[in-house]
Amino acid sequence: MKTIEEKGGNETVDSLPPSTRLAIELKNITKIFGHVVANSDVNLKVLAGTIHGIVGENGAGKSTLMNILFGLYKPDSGTIFLNGQAVDVNSPEKSIALGIGMVHQHFMLVPTFTVLENAMLGNEGSMILKNGEKAVLDRLKGLSKNYGLDVDFEAIISDIPVGMQQRVEILKALNRGAKILILDEPTGVLTPQETIGLFDILRSLRDQGVTIILITHKLKEIMSITDTVSVMRGGKVVANFSTEKTSPEELAENMVGRKVLLSIKKPTLKFGNPVLEVKNVSHESKDGVNVLKDISFDLKEGEILGIAGVAGNGQSELLDILSGIETLQRGQITVNHKTILPYQDWNSKKAREFGVAHVPEDRHKRGLVLPFYNYENSILGYHRNEKYFSSFLMDKRKIVNFVDDLIENFDVRPRSSSISSGKLSGGNQQKLVLAREIESNPNILLVGQPTRGVDIGAIERIYEDLMKLKSKGTAILLVSVELDEIMSLSDRIVVMNQGSIVGETNSSNATELDLGKMMSGLEQV
Amino acid sequence: MLESFQIIISLLDSTIRIATPLIFCAMAGIFSERSGIIDIGLEGKMLLSAFVAATATFLTGSPILGLFGAILASCSASLIHGFACITNKGDQVISGLAINILASGLTITLGIALFSRGGQTPPLASEQRFMPIDFPFLDQLSFVPVLGELFVEVISGHNVLVYLSVLAVFFTYYVIFKTRFGLRLRAVGEKPEAVDTAGISVIKMRYQSILIAGMLCGLAGAYLSIAHGAGFGREMSAGKGYIALAAMIFGKWNPIPTLFACLLFGFLEALGVRLEGVELIWIGEVPVQVMQALPYVLTVVLLAGFIGKARAPGAIGVPYSKES
Repeated sequence: MKTIEEKGGNETVDSLPPSTRLAIELKNITKIFGHVVANSDVNLKVLAGTIHGIVGENGAGKSTLMNILFGLYKPDSGTIFLNGQAVDVNSPEKSIALGIGMVHQHFMLVPTFTVLENAMLGNEGSMILKNGEKAVLDRLKGLSKNYGLDVDFEAIISDIPVGMQQRVEILKALNRGAKILILDEPTGVLTPQETIGLFDILRSLRDQGVTIILITHKLKEIMSITDTVSVMRGGKVVANFSTEKTSPEELAENMVGRKVLLSIKKPTLKFGNPVLEVKNVSHESKDGVNVLKDISFDLKEGEILGIAGVAGNGQSELLDILSGIETLQRGQITVNHKTILPYQDWNSKKAREFGVAHVPEDRHKRGLVLPFYNYENSILGYHRNEKYFSSFLMDKRKIVNFVDDLIENFDVRPRSSSISSGKLSGGNQQKLVLAREIESNPNILLVGQPTRGVDIGAIERIYEDLMKLKSKGTAILLVSVELDEIMSLSDRIVVMNQGSIVGETNSSNATELDLGKMMSGLEQV
Repeated sequence: MLESFQIIISLLDSTIRIATPLIFCAMAGIFSERSGIIDIGLEGKMLLSAFVAATATFLTGSPILGLFGAILASCSASLIHGFACITNKGDQVISGLAINILASGLTITLGIALFSRGGQTPPLASEQRFMPIDFPFLDQLSFVPVLGELFVEVISGHNVLVYLSVLAVFFTYYVIFKTRFGLRLRAVGEKPEAVDTAGISVIKMRYQSILIAGMLCGLAGAYLSIAHGAGFGREMSAGKGYIALAAMIFGKWNPIPTLFACLLFGFLEALGVRLEGVELIWIGEVPVQVMQALPYVLTVVLLAGFIGKARAPGAIGVPYSKES
């Protein structure tokens, strides 16, 4: 395997603080799955007692590399050095014994077990659970206190919030004696507050000598918490930096391989008539919880209204009602001058007829049928359109021709209409969903979490597409938990907390601090 | 009054006899399925081990050797199942069905080849079987009204395997919920990734679980042919493996509720036998077939409606592979 030396190469080792010893060194690691080269001749050095970030887009080989270090995958070639010693990490058992712990992106917790049972799995202390339990619990409580890892040991995993589940994962690793902790996309599922909490924990771990590797594609996080950072692209490490000597722009450029515009040019134009009016909408969930309380707002042509809020404060239910997935229970909605009253015939088919398109929050659950081919997913919901038919049968050739163009225009990669959508990266799946909805030429576009789990390159493209749509006069309702996104895209922002709108502001006057306060329900405006 | 008491006593007595193989099989099922491996093959393993038990006992004259043979046969079938669906990640239902079909054909073929009795094994003498054990102090106790009689007729006077089956329930409960092995076994059936990343081999855990299941199934088979019965008859497992599976689901993969489910199914069958040809008030004589169908009808009704949220182990039926 020949490597092409790319920019950045190994320049860095010298630029790193000459402080201490290397905790981890990976030399020439190569891993091939079938025909896909996931890691190609990767070299990586991490100093002991530091937080090292690894950034890269989805599919850049970050997770594969870490799974190799953790012993889940066997590298096809290359060597791993821990504290200067060449080691053969051929199983998780071995890596645990060597003091490596990993918090996976998808948690490795048994959902029906208690926190304690999960934390002690594999480290039970005795053949009979009861004999070991006390000692394990004492040790865990010690760790929990020492590092601020607040958990309820008696609770069942499936009942506790994701943030706590993550703390259990960290505890698990520490309990097994981890001195090196790998975290794979740890903030993807966390609220902003939980992320701050996690970072406090990570800093406290570092200060007590734990070496941390943080895998992420969020540059802001890299900048705020890491000491050093490596950028991966196409299975290779293409650059290494000391965090304080780099910038998000430089990292993004190395991740994508070209200059990326992180700022958005918002077209300035006059808004038109209101096309969506929501009046006094309230909603009760199946469990009898009032998830929406007296929501009112309107949205004009060409306007982007951002709905900010911590996940689970009623935004999802609002989207569901507006897109026709849920029945309207109380209040009224006016869509393109047509009024919908409670318990009226209102469903997603009708919503589409009224010119409402919807990019759902969860693209796997609601946006796509993952095993379907791209050409099938690209017409779902619009499949009744006669342009896909010859006489009374659907015409595959017409559909494929249409979808080939769509994929080309919206830069969905790979450029194939006959690949199942599940095989696309998150960003390309999102582009596909967005393409489908924009192509329907809507008056109103409802967008939920447009960039969740999406690469920078794709984010840039998605923002561009939204702006293009805005300048055509489409009204856009944007729901996102990413405050940056809301602030940079929206013209106007409303904040939701516990089912109510607790504040409204023009995006030009909005500050992150104010919005954050409103989101946490501390301040009514 | 006295007569109906007698009827109840004898019903309970047969309930226990009928439930014993169900209990062994259902506990086997719990071990296997809690580890994530569907065990449709209970029926086949039981049949195979019943045949091997009877044959080995007839040839050696020792029921102990017969019992070991039965366990060996059943464990071999478990290993085939494991090789197909743990090592090679095959479909667990298909593999289980294959074992059932194999057992059904193989026992008859071998039976005819060995003994030329149309698939049956020669009858075993009393000393070649596990015979009923009478508890001490029976004479004194039989004078105690109701309880004494209950003890003498229902609790005492079964063969050793019956008592072993009750022990098996407590053994299963203890191992699964109170030991390290059990914690890992449950984890491997719910979320094998968690076990793997804890540095424990998923494959080894699952093989161990199905081997324990194999042993328990072997006991069930031996019970049929060398304890309860006196020889092997073709298809003598007669769907008990499936009923055990139903009892396990009814008991939500928990040993104690499963025990009661097995007893309920046993009771229904005993009742069915008892009511054959009996005139019932209002209804008249119920056809035998209806009574025989009762446990199966109940299975369908219970599984469809009553138990509601029976939650199977999370990773059941899914082969574990790392690199996906």
